[in-house]
Amino acid sequence: MPDLPFLGTFSMNTFFQLFVSGLATGSIYALAAIGFTLLWQASQTINFAQGEFIMLPAFFVLAGTQFLGLSFPVAMAIALVLSVLLLGLGFKRVIIDPLLPHGVLPIVIATIALGILAKESVKQFYTAEAQPFPALFSDRTLNILGAAISVQDIAVLLIALGAVALLQLFLNGTKIGRCMQATAQNPQVAEILGVPVRRMILFTFLINAALAFLASVLISPIYLAKFSNGETLGLIAFIAAIVGGFNQIRGALAGGLLIGVVDNLAAAYISASYRSAVPLILLIIIILVRPQGLLGKAEGRTV
Amino acid sequence: MSTRTSFSLVAGLAILILLPFTQSNYGVFVLSSWMVYSIAAMGLNLTLGYAGQVSLAQASFMGIGAYTTALMTMAGIPWPLAMLAAMVLCFVIGLLLGYPALRVQHHFLAFVTLAFNALVVLVLRNEEWLTGGTYGVVGIPRPEILGLPTQKPLAFYFFVLALFMLTAAALYGIIRSPWGRAFRALRENPIRANSLGVDIRKTTLLAFAIGSACGGLAGGLVAQLTQFIDPNSFGLTISLKVLLMVIVGGAGFFFGPILGALLIVLAPEFLRFTEGYYLMLYAALVIVLMVFCPSGLLGLVERARTALKLRQNPNATTWEAGR
Repeated sequence: MPDLPFLGTFSMNTFFQLFVSGLATGSIYALAAIGFTLLWQASQTINFAQGEFIMLPAFFVLAGTQFLGLSFPVAMAIALVLSVLLLGLGFKRVIIDPLLPHGVLPIVIATIALGILAKESVKQFYTAEAQPFPALFSDRTLNILGAAISVQDIAVLLIALGAVALLQLFLNGTKIGRCMQATAQNPQVAEILGVPVRRMILFTFLINAALAFLASVLISPIYLAKFSNGETLGLIAFIAAIVGGFNQIRGALAGGLLIGVVDNLAAAYISASYRSAVPLILLIIIILVRPQGLLGKAEGRTV
Repeated sequence: MSTRTSFSLVAGLAILILLPFTQSNYGVFVLSSWMVYSIAAMGLNLTLGYAGQVSLAQASFMGIGAYTTALMTMAGIPWPLAMLAAMVLCFVIGLLLGYPALRVQHHFLAFVTLAFNALVVLVLRNEEWLTGGTYGVVGIPRPEILGLPTQKPLAFYFFVLALFMLTAAALYGIIRSPWGRAFRALRENPIRANSLGVDIRKTTLLAFAIGSACGGLAGGLVAQLTQFIDPNSFGLTISLKVLLMVIVGGAGFFFGPILGALLIVLAPEFLRFTEGYYLMLYAALVIVLMVFCPSGLLGLVERARTALKLRQNPNATTWEAGR
């Protein structure tokens, strides 16, 4: 057993710092997990390429600035449009639509393959090296109650939470949002009541792509843009979605934040070499003890 | 079994016995690894094709089997005992892992197994005192059968062939048994199977555990075949590879995983000229296959056969034509 660092050097300030930066990365995980949950609700699609969906938009931006010589804001705008078209519309039309009638399994396989395709394409056509990505905010730190909190962490947290709040407002407060919820709950009844179900499902895919774009530009300045980023990001998004409760946005948000914080604290206080095991163990414990997730509601039938 | 099927089986076996004599050492190695992966894929087919649950941990069971076999034989324990221990260990871990995962709905087993595979690789990498860490285990002995060494590639090929045939026969027996029929019923219509008295969880769990034990056996053979193992040989990508073997060949068809393993083990040999584009091409092919034929290659064959019969006898129902 290695020495327990927190016995000797535990400081409340360090803990607070780790906690806040954990919340910041956790809020990015939450964006990915929410998109994942939305897709599942709307069309029973388990997207195993979700991690790659978050890896790609950063490279769209980089390609825009480096190869086309665009300015950063223009490249961002184009990357957003490209993400929504490619990862939203294209993904649905080309892969999900033909596969949906055949059940979950072919979609699982096809999205796994899609993830590999995206990863390998970036590696072949762009680079295998990690690329620095321009930070959206200054890397200054603020002194709050003696703890050094970085401005970037706070900005990331605010933007991500703001996006989630907007999404909630949209889903609960607008007609389209309510139609989307109806579609998620019961497509047949929604159809009978005159909801254009197919269009609502398409909207879900577009929103997922937009969330992936946001997650991408928020996380890439922290972890650098790399072709293999999707592997961990995708896995953590799944875990966050399940830990929080697979069928709820609130749950995915809580799951994402929890994983971010736990991961950060575990790396500092438990063991760096087993850091990536912590979310995995959390997943297995949750499934054992509370299979419907922390905030999820149990569904009646288990078949 | 009709005369035609038994004839093709005998012919197939004859080919498998004669083929290695025409091959170089490398060819024999490729054929051996095809059969080893077939064993792992057949085990996964039990879980995936017949019980309808996605598992992404077959490589981790291969890893557990490989390290168990390697470390035990190198500690002087006879190989049959070591390989048996590997299989039993994988069976038990399969039960322990499947039990919580199958309690919940959707495809949770996929996620739990995904996480489990990542965990196993972490443990193999970090516990250097046992597994040698990233350096792996070197110099794993090949078994000696009744005093006959299998150090030569050809001799080891026949050892693998024997175990391959044994596993195939055992799995065939399981699928044909009343119990095997029960879990096929469960894949087709779980609610109906349940109301007819099939215990869904118990049946699926056992299918998963048996599939895991096959993974353990395949892992033991990988250790002896390559005589070197490291954590990366059992990562998530290998799990995906085994999953692809089952899907590409045709999940739920007995010969599906064997055909799939053949294609996927041979694919790098044929696609070598594509160099770095290999994985991209491979992923694109899988997507195309899924979009146009989600039931795999044998599913395609069956569809063609049904269509042909319908043309010959337009009055037959699809059901009759499918016989």
